Amino acid sequence: MNADWPRWEVFLRARRGLSHTHVGSVHAADGETALQAGRDLFTRRQEGISLWVVPSEQVVASDPDDQDSLFEPADDKSFRFPTSFELPSEVDQM
Amino acid sequence: MNTVADPLLAHVLRHGDRALVLSQRLGQWITHAPELEEDMALANISLDLLGQARHLYTYAGELEGQGHDEDHFAYWRTSTEFLNPLLVEQPNGDFAHTMIRQVLHDHAALLYWQSMTTSRDQTLAALAVRARNETEFHLRHCRGWVVRLGDGTDESHRRAQAGLDALWPYAEELITAPADDAALRSDGLIGDDIADAWRADVAATMAEATLTLPVGVTAQSGGWTGHHSEHLEGLLQELQEVASAFPGAKW
Amino acid sequence: MTIHAQQRFDSLIEADERIEPDDWMPEEYRQTLVRQIAQHAHSEIIGMQPEGAWISRAPSLHRKAILIAKVQDEAGHGLYLYGAAESLGTTRAELLDRLHTRRQKYSSIFNYPTPTWADVGAIGWLVDGAAIANQVPLCRCSFGPYGRAMVRICKEESFHQRQGFQILLRLTEGTAEQKQMAQEALNRWWWPSVMMFGPPDSESVHNARNMAWGIKRFTNDELRQGFVDMTVPQAELLGLTIPDPELRWNDERGHYDFGEPDWEEFARMVRGEGDLPEQRLRVRREAHENGAWVREAAAAYAARQRQAA
Repeated sequence: MNADWPRWEVFLRARRGLSHTHVGSVHAADGETALQAGRDLFTRRQEGISLWVVPSEQVVASDPDDQDSLFEPADDKSFRFPTSFELPSEVDQM
Repeated sequence: MNTVADPLLAHVLRHGDRALVLSQRLGQWITHAPELEEDMALANISLDLLGQARHLYTYAGELEGQGHDEDHFAYWRTSTEFLNPLLVEQPNGDFAHTMIRQVLHDHAALLYWQSMTTSRDQTLAALAVRARNETEFHLRHCRGWVVRLGDGTDESHRRAQAGLDALWPYAEELITAPADDAALRSDGLIGDDIADAWRADVAATMAEATLTLPVGVTAQSGGWTGHHSEHLEGLLQELQEVASAFPGAKW
Repeated sequence: MTIHAQQRFDSLIEADERIEPDDWMPEEYRQTLVRQIAQHAHSEIIGMQPEGAWISRAPSLHRKAILIAKVQDEAGHGLYLYGAAESLGTTRAELLDRLHTRRQKYSSIFNYPTPTWADVGAIGWLVDGAAIANQVPLCRCSFGPYGRAMVRICKEESFHQRQGFQILLRLTEGTAEQKQMAQEALNRWWWPSVMMFGPPDSESVHNARNMAWGIKRFTNDELRQGFVDMTVPQAELLGLTIPDPELRWNDERGHYDFGEPDWEEFARMVRGEGDLPEQRLRVRREAHENGAWVREAAAAYAARQRQAA
């Protein structure tokens, strides 16, 4: 049998109020041992208070070749940003 | 032979020695573990145990009142002055052997530290909270391994069972309190007896791991009073090698 | 398509942007990085050995704790780096196999022996010092995962260098015997550390290409000079003598002049001749082989749990 342990992506919440952020990967046979390995590897210096591990093979990623079609159409919609609206100077807070 | 007259000092040294000797054993695994993640894990447990030993030795120095620091107790005592239980000085053997040793120890250590959180001794009660949290993770890790090895492949099962068979004679000593603990307990300095809880926890772990507890084994003891197996001598020689070559030196 | 991809790669490099694992990249760029990151990872885990051997003998409990933490960090750095290398499509198992079968190298600095406690100090101060000098620019490496791993590693390494320096400081403040131990360790580790930056620029084959690709940011000789300039005042602080009669401050250049290392010895060490390299690899291989049944057991247990679920 193949005894090489699968790879897991590790996500760490640095502190309450922040979302989990990808920090790296570990190899482990199952989720529980992946959590333990993630804890030992990524929180030696109090870097976090909560961990997620996700099998790397389960990650669905966008293709870099699709970058233009996926992300560039957003670049001519400046009206989504509040700074593109000019307001009368009398309006103080909006 | 235990020549420490003060029961509380003897108690603190026993647990300091337990932690240091086991830390030293686990330290010997580093660079030899079955996977790099496990090198990290074993180093982590070794480091936690070392930290516990240092706290206990520092407190021992205060109790003793002769100006001895933590290093005095680690480096300048002979094997007969060490008061650790025999289990922790047993050689590492293979990974299954080490994990069995660790899980037998950690089940006792977790119960011990939990019971110590209510000690009337403020220093020990404070240390116990920290040590309990550390031990809880050690146990989670090592118990997980014992279950995986016991219930893994035929080979891992065979090795885990062999480890259990070899180490079981040293297990009971962990929960057999030395005579001078009784006075400490009635004074509220140490917590409740952990023997029954330990037996139940160990039985549950081994059952889940599909391992069989040996029966009719003659229990070995003597460590708590300084009567050791031949393995401690070599371990201490290595630990003390550099320090003892330079008496009085600072590092 | 490939022309388009090549153009995008070139323009990203040109703009000093990062290349990410899913991006198209020239095969040679990929192979160079796999080799370099793997060699770096191998060096971290082989580098655990010379110091790991001193964990059991550390002369105080404080030093023992520091050393365990440091060696543990090195395992961690190995893992960060194997992770970065794996993002390029080669598994850790394969990379370890290349190490075990001598198809990939580790830094030859770890082929020197560590006969005394002072060597632990010298490794921290000099070897980690040189490693940091090498690694800080790699935080800006054009390959994203490598740069990110290096950021993490560099943050952790500075404790490693300081603890090494402090070990030597204590020794030089101690007895004559301790001080001599420190001096002898410096004598052993000085030249190997100077050579850690690799051969002189005039003989370094991949310098130009790797600089153009943003894999390398400074040349070997630039990094070496920086290391010497940084280390000489520290040695003076320790009251130790760097074993180089040609070492002196050059006012005109604003740098220290120093002697030529023994590059023949360097070549011998890189080839990994002798007992110690064999021992290093043997320890590694044995750990891996003796661990096979453990990894199998965990995999078998996990497979059964998945089936039962």
